[in-house]
Amino acid sequence: MTALLRTENVSKAFGGVQALAGCTLEVDRGSIAGLIGPNGSGKTTLFNMITGYGRVDSGDVYLGGTRITNLAPDKVFALGIGRTFQLTRVFSRLTVMENMIVAAHYKERSRQQGGRIRNPFARAGGTATRQRAMELLEFTGIAKLAGARAETLSYGQRKLLELSYVLIAEPEIILLDEPAGGVNPTLVGTIADRIRELNRRGTTFLIVEHNMEFVMGLCDRVTVLDYGTAVVSGTPDEVRNDHRVLDAYLGTAEEDDDSPAA
Amino acid sequence: MKPAAIWRAAGLVVLVGAAAVIPLAKNVTVTHVGVFVLLYVGAAVGWNIFSGFTGYISLGAAVFFGVGVYTVALISKHLDLVGGVVFALYPLAGLAAAVVAVPFGLVALRVRRHTFVVVTIAIFFIFQFMASNFSWTGGVSGIFPPFLDWDPNTFDMPFYYTALVVAVASAVLAWAIWGSRFGLQLRAIRDDEDRARGLGVKTMRVKLTAFVISGFIIGILGGLYFYFQSEALPEYAFNPFFDLTVALMAFIGGFGTLSGPIFGALLLEPYLGYAQYQVTNAYVAEIVLGALFLVVIIFLPRGILPTAGEKLTALAAGWQRRAASRDTGPPPGTPGSPAGAAAAGSTASTGPAP
Repeated sequence: MTALLRTENVSKAFGGVQALAGCTLEVDRGSIAGLIGPNGSGKTTLFNMITGYGRVDSGDVYLGGTRITNLAPDKVFALGIGRTFQLTRVFSRLTVMENMIVAAHYKERSRQQGGRIRNPFARAGGTATRQRAMELLEFTGIAKLAGARAETLSYGQRKLLELSYVLIAEPEIILLDEPAGGVNPTLVGTIADRIRELNRRGTTFLIVEHNMEFVMGLCDRVTVLDYGTAVVSGTPDEVRNDHRVLDAYLGTAEEDDDSPAA
Repeated sequence: MKPAAIWRAAGLVVLVGAAAVIPLAKNVTVTHVGVFVLLYVGAAVGWNIFSGFTGYISLGAAVFFGVGVYTVALISKHLDLVGGVVFALYPLAGLAAAVVAVPFGLVALRVRRHTFVVVTIAIFFIFQFMASNFSWTGGVSGIFPPFLDWDPNTFDMPFYYTALVVAVASAVLAWAIWGSRFGLQLRAIRDDEDRARGLGVKTMRVKLTAFVISGFIIGILGGLYFYFQSEALPEYAFNPFFDLTVALMAFIGGFGTLSGPIFGALLLEPYLGYAQYQVTNAYVAEIVLGALFLVVIIFLPRGILPTAGEKLTALAAGWQRRAASRDTGPPPGTPGSPAGAAAAGSTASTGPAP
């Protein structure tokens, strides 16, 4: 397997807080990778650095063979990285279908390249796009809400919408920030099934999640982040049995007894 | 076409029809006020294409208006233009304002929300100071046009119909943009700009384009104003009251909706025009305007049209529910009105901060 997404020694500090300290991570093409770690260990920051929502202090990010360090979010997206946010971010005053169409613009445009000059006032979302959007909404199970304004959706439904509109752009790799967070157990199962199904069709995933059952059941490889560094990386079984993981989550006995070695 | 689109088109046709026959009454005052009403309809619609669709509240619309005024004023001063040829200058006024909108936008659109509002006000005052202090703008004494040589019996009719054409064209343009890919991107930016960027929307380019379109429309109206009012004075061409009025009209009618700004301008400008003639103390009109603004913000934060529309929808839904429960017993799961959630989000919510 080759690495599709790779970060090399990525560091990022916010004032005096070192959110990422030389974080190196590889996600193999066609895999489902998990990223776990205690709160504040830098998981979301790493997502932000990969997807262009902030500039890295040092280090590099590669997609395939291309260096994408510090590219703007729209460019990162165009290259094939889609992401969702921990606190879902949908366009609340647009309908579910309109949310889908916004995300489809990039694909529509690239399909039309080399052709005639586009009519700037053409209705948003052609028949093909709408059809594709409906298929995806059916896939995620919120098709009947297509005409509803996104602000009327429940939290779980918004998570599904966010996943759906990331999918319409057909990214090579999707970064999911806590897809199971705050979602009821039935829906968590649905989300896991959908991720597996998409992975079978060739999409690569990198998932941040606190729900251990979810991560261990789904991921091929799990990386543990602590104080902005990847401390362990391996199969779910290897990670489960590694003492450093417990240290990261619970702290070590020495650290508890001594004064913090900061 | 969907029913809503048909209603909208029908409403527009009726409005335009009514507007087209008004000057035939040959009442000087009515026509004169009518020009102002149409001018503000066009300006509010133009303002809304940028500010309403993107949620970036600009209080710098008068920059475009003033640039339009002075563009036509300077050309006419140097070429001594009279007669029908002056109408050919209006697109130039729009172009000049559109050109100014590019650097203006590149500076102001780097910041958001309140900061953006403050930056637009600052840039507005820079322009007003420039108009007052440069010698080539005539300084504080301004520029006055050569006397127009058309038949006095036509009154303000040429201005009236030009303003009508600009207002209608702006409304049609706004409608075309609304449902287009471009319009959807603008509305996505309004809801969550960073998320839109993460979905491949080139946000700066999209915002700037809307800003330039908005400037073009308002610039044309400024050009019209110069011959209509026969003056280019810094405090009237670059008028802070214009900034506030245009924004207020859109807010009262329905911020970020298609018909809201039209409705707001039609509601407000006749009153302002009337007050100018009838109220002896000019400030009374402005105080009433301020009070009206407070009432709208407190009781109808999303504007008259959206709120009224939701009330009607809720009424209709309730009526249907009652009818259904009469037929089948317990009420089915009717989708709730989004009014509550929407009203809570209200006017200023443009997505979470990064």
